[in-house]
Amino acid sequence: MQHTDKLFRTVCLSCAALIALLTVGIFLQLGIHSSDAWSKFGLSFITSDAWDPATDTYGALANIVGTLLTTGIALLIAIPLAFVSALFVTEAPAWISRILSQCLDLLAAIPSVIYGMWGLYVLVPLVDKVLLRLIDEHRLLDIDFFRLLLGETCYGMSFLTAGLILALMILPYMSAVMRDVFRMTPPMLRESAYGIGCTRWEATRDVVMRYGIRGLLGGIFIGMGRALGETMAVLFVIGNIMEMPDGLLSSGTTIAATLACNFAEADGMQRSALFALGLILLLMSFGIQILSQYYLHLTRKNRGES
Amino acid sequence: MPHPHHTCTPPGSIAAAPRPLLWRKAQNSLLGLFSFFSIIIAVGGMGWILQTVLEQGIGVISLSFLTEPSKPYGELNAGIANALLGTVLIAGLATLIAVPPGIAAGIYLAEFGKNSRFAAALRFCANVMMGVPSIIVGLFIYVLIVIPSGHNSGFAGSVALAVIMFPVIMRTTEDMLAMVPDTLRESALALGMSRSRATLSIVARAARNGMITGVLLSLARVSGETAPLLFTAMFADSWPTSFFSRPTANMPVLINEYTMNSPFEQMNAAGWGAALIITLIILALNIGTRCLFRDPKNR
Repeated sequence: MQHTDKLFRTVCLSCAALIALLTVGIFLQLGIHSSDAWSKFGLSFITSDAWDPATDTYGALANIVGTLLTTGIALLIAIPLAFVSALFVTEAPAWISRILSQCLDLLAAIPSVIYGMWGLYVLVPLVDKVLLRLIDEHRLLDIDFFRLLLGETCYGMSFLTAGLILALMILPYMSAVMRDVFRMTPPMLRESAYGIGCTRWEATRDVVMRYGIRGLLGGIFIGMGRALGETMAVLFVIGNIMEMPDGLLSSGTTIAATLACNFAEADGMQRSALFALGLILLLMSFGIQILSQYYLHLTRKNRGES
Repeated sequence: MPHPHHTCTPPGSIAAAPRPLLWRKAQNSLLGLFSFFSIIIAVGGMGWILQTVLEQGIGVISLSFLTEPSKPYGELNAGIANALLGTVLIAGLATLIAVPPGIAAGIYLAEFGKNSRFAAALRFCANVMMGVPSIIVGLFIYVLIVIPSGHNSGFAGSVALAVIMFPVIMRTTEDMLAMVPDTLRESALALGMSRSRATLSIVARAARNGMITGVLLSLARVSGETAPLLFTAMFADSWPTSFFSRPTANMPVLINEYTMNSPFEQMNAAGWGAALIITLIILALNIGTRCLFRDPKNR
């Protein structure tokens, strides 16, 4: 009997250790396969925006900036929306809150390629028709501020469009974490706030938010991690040209979109450069994960997770 | 004598400036309005996406669309049956690969490593792996399987999806087992059961519904994953006859090829049809799982 117990424990342990192996392996493999690019370009790979298969020179800057820009736009839009929609879900009557929670879960279940198609066939034409026409009619690009913000030439396939779709994609994830954070606030605290005459917004801002600020940060980082690495939804609407972002409505690319577009046909130094891009993306999302785990870990006990 | 002011001004600035009641109330109702508005955006966005998929996809769906394999552009009676079968095979094999070690690993975290540092490190690895972008997993499996074996295959796609599922199943199993009260474990052990038997037939059984939910939801998630299949399973206009040695048709990559990379309207329409089918399957899997295995305590 003790023999089977030992065996059982060993089997479970080795399965669990597999995850460490995978984590190390993924870093190692990307590191090994990108070593050619690193040794040829060194750190200038990160600071250069040249991407020229003809001369075999590659730099990651356009991709990195594009990734950060789409993620930034998505977060800017999604954070306030996720925050207040989580608030709505917690404050609403139980049956409404249950239906809404399930709707948000389903929104998270829709495959990202569907988001991408929807973006390409619905959102891009919409941006073309509404936003670009508006810019055209009012000659907004003649104004310096708008030209700097939007770019010299505006397209429907742009960073802004990609950011909008990403915002819709990460909204349910962030909202779910924030909902749990709001629920973990002891009712006593909230009621005390109401008791001294706070309005609902004041109680939220000064009590609930302060109590759960770490959990909220954890939720934001989770959404950020998803937005950074999202491939399909971005691939459809970003335009996929290897250029530095010129403005919100310019076409460009992100690391994930570049990988999806070019990897299958690439070989030699270009393939190595693509692996290097992958390693950069992996490190970025790894950093974000560490931050989100740190903040969520601090609040884990309160949220009732083990 | 104590300072007279000392006691009546609380620290901080709560009583600093008088705030007019009307403004505070207006602020509050603005927030209410905004939160209502944002819920409309979230739910409306979902409705809009589903409506678009339904509207564009419903027209091409017919019996032959579902039973004929995909064909190169121009041939009549093209369908998506090979891709549908390919997705079932790829996702099914991924589940078979990921579930046993995932559950065993979850058992280790919950039953043997509750307070150990080693388990905490593994838990951290699992969380990190859950956040790794799926296209990176595709790259990883490409160098791990496709390069050594020399060809793209449905099997490589399965392994890629399994790598995505594994940490998810591991963590949900752990969470579900952790919810089982310790008294149950103690009673089982007090009856003379071995640790392994108590875990498998008492504790795991008590957490069964939650674990099944976790597996099915992660299956639903990976069924629609496209990025990790782009370089692993790829695509082919044939039935998945040589699953282990040739590119294998599957729904997500078909959708990508037909809508993004094809200039032909007929193919775009077929892509929307495929999108409708895979969306319906995934939503059905989601809703069905939630209805069938819902834990009444944990809503």
